[in-house]
Amino acid sequence: MTDRTAEREETALASPPIDWIPILIPVAVALIALPLIGSFSTWVTLTVAALAMGMIIFIMASGLTLVFGLMDVINFGHGVFISVGAYMSLLVLRPLTGWVESPSLALNIGVLVLCILVAMAVSGMFGLVFERLIIRPVYRQHLKQILVTMGGLIIIEQLLHVFFGGSPITIALPQNFRGGLAIGPDMIVERYRLIAVVIGVAVFLAMMLVLNRTRIGLLVRAGVENPEMVEALGYRIRRLFVGVFAAGSALAGLGGVMWGFYQQTLTIGMGLQVLVLIFIVVIIGGLGSIGGCLIGSLLVALVANYTAFLEPKIALISNIALMLVVLMWRPQGLYPVVKV
Amino acid sequence: MPDPLLTLEGVHTHIGRYHILQGVDFEVPRGSFTVLLGRNGAGKTTTLRTIMGLWKASQGNIRFAGQDMTARPTPEIAAAGIAYIPENMSVFSGLTVRENLLLAARAGKIDATRLEWIFSLFPAMQRFFGSAAGTLSGGQKQMLAIARALIEPRDLILVDEPTKGLAPAIVANMIKAFREVKNAGATVLLVEQNFMAAKMLGDAVAVMDDGRIVHRGAMAELAADHALQHRLLGLHMDAHQ
Ligand SMILES: Nc1ncnc2c1ncn2[C@@H]1O[C@H](COP(=O)(O)OP(=O)(O)OP(=O)(O)O)[C@@H](O)[C@H]1O
Ligand SMILES: [Mg+2]
Repeated sequence: MTDRTAEREETALASPPIDWIPILIPVAVALIALPLIGSFSTWVTLTVAALAMGMIIFIMASGLTLVFGLMDVINFGHGVFISVGAYMSLLVLRPLTGWVESPSLALNIGVLVLCILVAMAVSGMFGLVFERLIIRPVYRQHLKQILVTMGGLIIIEQLLHVFFGGSPITIALPQNFRGGLAIGPDMIVERYRLIAVVIGVAVFLAMMLVLNRTRIGLLVRAGVENPEMVEALGYRIRRLFVGVFAAGSALAGLGGVMWGFYQQTLTIGMGLQVLVLIFIVVIIGGLGSIGGCLIGSLLVALVANYTAFLEPKIALISNIALMLVVLMWRPQGLYPVVKV
Repeated sequence: MPDPLLTLEGVHTHIGRYHILQGVDFEVPRGSFTVLLGRNGAGKTTTLRTIMGLWKASQGNIRFAGQDMTARPTPEIAAAGIAYIPENMSVFSGLTVRENLLLAARAGKIDATRLEWIFSLFPAMQRFFGSAAGTLSGGQKQMLAIARALIEPRDLILVDEPTKGLAPAIVANMIKAFREVKNAGATVLLVEQNFMAAKMLGDAVAVMDDGRIVHRGAMAELAADHALQHRLLGLHMDAHQ
């Protein structure tokens, strides 16, 4: 028995250390920005906004990185599931205006949850169809994937156009999520941003739980490294991929709902607009890495928010610059996934 | 004589526009330990990959346990009872040793008795049970790759050059482990360049060259016939020890 305990301890000691450096980078960026910005309360506002935006981007990007890692598929269509998700919230918000305007917190939460469920269900279903009709015929052909998934994106955008019209649509946040919350003297953060952070953290934890504690998660992690060996162990990687693709599309839909409320305006092109940021995040994080995706999202959002305040002129190129710097340091991204 | 467990008949494999296997014929009798020898580039790895369905045979057929496997997808071939230990080991480095074994156990859980057996063959697996496979040494990765094939009983185990690049002590450990696997009644098809290891383990032998089988017979026969070894493998007398 004592022997066993000794073994355990040795095992624990032998566990690989976490690579902390990438985790420390966003923290360092935030600390460096503080003296540049000057005002503490402005810095808090910008940082909270960035955390909210970062978590939303993470939700939208997580599916894409797994799809890329697992099957080496470049899906430019991913952005449209964001738009689909955002527009699906209209199906809930329009009939339930009463819930949105109600002072009852329960009804407010209820309407948000309904928006999320409908958006995830519909964009997940679109994902299944998209995989079947558009992705499947072009496996292993990157150039065709780019062209064909772009085509798919345009088709679905046009469908949204037909059903919802082309002009931007304003949406209102549920009553209790509006306005700011004083968290200190002179310091107000918008409530919805805090909610976005909470939802983002919950999604991240749920994903980590699935990836690390379930058999499916184990298969996904193994498949990202070496799909061929997963097949040689007797598992159908295709089936796994279809599941991951649908889940990734549903998460993009969830991100779309949250992004829509964040901006309180829906446009059909909103998904395509954030897609550039999402690709930067996926590349910075390391293709196929969920941890890298989270750090990359936060980093991109922090840099975007700080530069927009400090030097609006360079805000547009700041994320491209960030990507170049990261890739010069780690060409495979922050957390390279070992590929065979 | 009972049907062999695995039969290849006139198997051709193309990789891209290269014609690699040019009519491979051999069989692996049930319960035997068959060694596939041949110089670099002879087509040994391609043969194993074709059996697993990782390359598709363009001609000929592959039968396993009485069923035609030729056109089946890889997961089905694996599920029919074949374990594959590839040349590059292919352990999942981001997964722990335990998780690697858990994935290989299709029952969804690891059988305690078999795990004890594996720990007795490769004590390092117990020591590093909770460590990421990526942190293991080359020899330990190879042990994990073998352990993955042993975690559940399989009808046939395909192994591609398990001793490549390993220190002599680890090779000895590996040979001992394969002896036990053999005594446990498993059927094994081993690709090996190390003739000493091959000689100690094999009952039957097949030799490949240029995408074809050029010799089939009992290992004892080849081990005793130095001239034949020289002709087939280019081995010199001093390489026998
Ligand atoms: N993916 C590939 N693309 C093109 N040619 C290949 C590929 N894989 C193998 N070959 C060629 O097929 C031939 C047989 O290769 P194979 O790997 O089966 O040989 P081997 O007997 O396993 O050699 P070794 O002892 O070096 O492992 C070689 O000439 C090799 O160059
Ligand atoms: Mg080989």
